[in-house]
Amino acid sequence: MPLTITPPPAVTTSGPAPAAKRRNRGDRFYRGILTALALCLPLLLVTIAAELVVGAGPSIRRFGFAFLGRSTWDPVAEVYGAAPMIFGTIVSSLLALVIAVPLALGVAVFLTEFAPKWMRQPVAFLVELLAAVPSVVYGLWGVFVLIPFLRQVAVPPLRALLGWTPFVSGVFYGNSMLASGVILAIMIVPYIAAVSREVLLAVPGSQREAALGLGATRWEAVWSAVLPYGRAGVIGAVMLGLGRALGETMAVTMLIGNRHDISLSLLQPGYTMAAALANEFSEATTSLYLSALVEVGLILFLITIAVNAAARLLVWRVARGTAAGSKAL
Amino acid sequence: MSARAIRRRLSSAVMTGLVFALCAAAVLPLLFILADLIHKGASSIDWNFFTHTPVPAGQTGGGVAHAIVGTGIIVGLACLIGLPIGIGAGVFLAEYGGGRLGWIVRFVADVMNGTPSIVVGIFAWTWLVRPVHHFSALAGGAALAMLMVPMLARTTEEMVRLVPHSLREAALALGYPRWRTSLKVMVRTALAGIVTGALVGVARVAGETAPLLFTALGNLNFTTNVAQPMQTLSLQIFVYATGPFEEWHRLAWAAALVLMGLVLTLAIAARWATRQRYGAS
Repeated sequence: MPLTITPPPAVTTSGPAPAAKRRNRGDRFYRGILTALALCLPLLLVTIAAELVVGAGPSIRRFGFAFLGRSTWDPVAEVYGAAPMIFGTIVSSLLALVIAVPLALGVAVFLTEFAPKWMRQPVAFLVELLAAVPSVVYGLWGVFVLIPFLRQVAVPPLRALLGWTPFVSGVFYGNSMLASGVILAIMIVPYIAAVSREVLLAVPGSQREAALGLGATRWEAVWSAVLPYGRAGVIGAVMLGLGRALGETMAVTMLIGNRHDISLSLLQPGYTMAAALANEFSEATTSLYLSALVEVGLILFLITIAVNAAARLLVWRVARGTAAGSKAL
Repeated sequence: MSARAIRRRLSSAVMTGLVFALCAAAVLPLLFILADLIHKGASSIDWNFFTHTPVPAGQTGGGVAHAIVGTGIIVGLACLIGLPIGIGAGVFLAEYGGGRLGWIVRFVADVMNGTPSIVVGIFAWTWLVRPVHHFSALAGGAALAMLMVPMLARTTEEMVRLVPHSLREAALALGYPRWRTSLKVMVRTALAGIVTGALVGVARVAGETAPLLFTALGNLNFTTNVAQPMQTLSLQIFVYATGPFEEWHRLAWAAALVLMGLVLTLAIAARWATRQRYGAS
């Protein structure tokens, strides 16, 4: 925000007084330091991108676009293709969105439209705490609580219901696309909920009042007046959640099974880009292996940057200029 | 009442109930996780757990003293590097962020907030580990700082902006130079909020694992040397949880309970600090 008030100029006849000069020097110095610190951010982003491109260079030159489509990952023969990881990253994230979006929108709508006043802060805080749980703790919980739960309670009815489709075929050992999708859903609910809530709070009260005044029920007012108004922002919130899910590492590494394989069945193990990096980066023995992994990192980086940038622009359109989501830990 | 009106009211009531149910379902996992952590972790926590380092695999006992100290040191390093940059950038955005540069920095901060932490880990490896051929706590701290900075910048900006304009105008009218107005009036007034932002940032990075995998690496021994590989609670949980031994799983739950306690304390402290100042936000 630009300053509207500037210090009064020193009234003198022969140039500014020494005090005013000193003052300007102080101001320039202060502004210079702050600008330098702020410049660190774009510089860091550019440096990360440059470093990844340079690191991925050998792999890009060697494999070209075939890297994206090939599904062999053979460090012995030095042939690398990222297709299974890209597939796994997208499928696990989409599965997470399918589960998380209704829950998160439920939280946001309930907290902004229906909840009694005394309930709003505590529940919002609980949801924010969900975002504070470290990824590795979700992983631990997933391995020892969620997977047994899925095996005993969730998978048998799922099979009975969808057994005729290819999506639930094969033996279920636990570590699977399904398990990582569910844990990702739990992890991204707070992000989507927090940003959607801010977006819905930014919808002017007159929207609701107009709908209610025309005789709409409370739900009709929400559905026909509030949600459409905040649509761009809510879509942005969902995309922010997607960005989180795409890059989430530890919990997925612990739950997805880590197999370079493309399987339609959600009960089978898979791999994601982030999980491959976590597992294999420190084991990469040859420089080409390392370069292939850095290229995986570069792809992941570019995808999340694109998703996040689009999401931010959408959210800014509704909740203009606010740091939406910054309150989610 | 006409059938149509009844149907509309009914559907409104049903949807209200559904929205409430969805909200409840979203909060449930937190309660389950907390309950499991306490149920499975609390019994393993004793004095030895905090004062000893791990015993060889297969034996029982041992603790995570090295990981607790390591978490403290690495998060401390992250604060040393990240706090000045993040807060400085945030004050810049609030005070001089109206122009094109402000827009860029704000946008970059928001985008970087969503950058996968594992990518930051790779970057830290190529910059700080590969050139010296040595994993170190310092590289881990730097990686965490890179995650903290964009978040801090945005929360600091928001907090400084909450300070009423009249305070600034009053200071300037009294002949205070701009920089002193900014530091002594604006930042000073927003301090509680900035501290909250810092606490939230610390809470977030304290649980990070991915960027530490190939920077701080982990270490089974007690060390305070920041040029050496160092263990953190998060890395220890990862190793124990994915390992084959019952004993390790028991310790993983205990370590997770300690880590959750730390993170939740920071998060709740942050919440409490702003509550004092601005009321419910």
